[in-house]
Amino acid sequence: MELDTGFFLRWMDACARDVDREAKTLTELDAAIGDADHGENLRRGFKAVTAALAEEPPATPGAVLTLAGRTLISSVGGASGPLYGTLLRRAGKQLGDASSTDLPGLRDALAAGVDGVARLGGAVAGDKTMLDALLPAVDALDGGLQAAATAARQGAVDTVPLLARKGRASYLGERSVGHQDPGAASSALLVAALLEAAGDEAAGDE
Amino acid sequence: MRRRAMSEVTDSGTDSGAAAGPVGLVLVSHSARVAESVAALARDLAAGGAVAPVEAAGGTDDGGVGTSSERVAAAALRADGGAGVVVLADLGSAVLTVRALLAEDELPEGTLLADAPFLEGAVAALVAASAGADVEAVAAAAEEAYGYRKL
Repeated sequence: MELDTGFFLRWMDACARDVDREAKTLTELDAAIGDADHGENLRRGFKAVTAALAEEPPATPGAVLTLAGRTLISSVGGASGPLYGTLLRRAGKQLGDASSTDLPGLRDALAAGVDGVARLGGAVAGDKTMLDALLPAVDALDGGLQAAATAARQGAVDTVPLLARKGRASYLGERSVGHQDPGAASSALLVAALLEAAGDEAAGDE
Repeated sequence: MRRRAMSEVTDSGTDSGAAAGPVGLVLVSHSARVAESVAALARDLAAGGAVAPVEAAGGTDDGGVGTSSERVAAAALRADGGAGVVVLADLGSAVLTVRALLAEDELPEGTLLADAPFLEGAVAALVAASAGADVEAVAAAAEEAYGYRKL
């Protein structure tokens, strides 16, 4: 499947819509083990992304993600700004100047983004972070967008029994067990939004 | 080690053509009041000689709790006198925002994030910077503040 600039614009648009719809749920998850601002922070961030993309529509997939990433970093006051900003910006850099990409290209771009997130936050799989949704999604992406979305969703759910080892939740120690990580939950939303961006095409992807 | 590092740079600037000012400091906190207060305390405790620039970058653009990448970048520009900038950050998004900006080369050349306790590190760094230490020695002074035992 060909993934052109329009696909990436629709992806960011779907992210903004889904984050807006789920902001309350994300904030509730964050209230349990964080500082109860995750939904609102991401809503503000993706609203700014939508505005930035509309103001100066980028010409390539890479430019869409780079601009979106930069906008998240500058508009979100919480840790999700630099983390998601790095995810998208690194992915955008990996895509380079190409006018379109394909599923393997998307996988490589997201893998680069996820690697950037891991370096920035110093987290590894199992630390109860967004990586626990993103790493399985990247691994599953060869099987299509639906497979990636399912893997991310499962990865997020699987953070419930984990002990948080990064961020504010880690101060809670054992009390972080039994709650879904809000970053993993929002990561699963972003991966699922890929499916929305693909629309009918995704039904037939390999 | 800190003393040695500082003594190495007592002639800082004499051989670099364009005379660079002292190393600048940027304090990044979730709270604007914390960043400004720690900057003020560091200035008070470091007084006695020429005090290097120390700029506060606290809170979000709308005055809330969090980190503003624009405030961080602007503070780094103000603090930069050409000899480098050392940034200290408190927690979470403050640290991640500075690291994200550094990864994308969006802070002045020669900017270092010190892995240091915020308040103690700020005092140590400002004393070192005001004494003319170079950017790495200033960062090292801040980082050594982890070793100041209180008991």
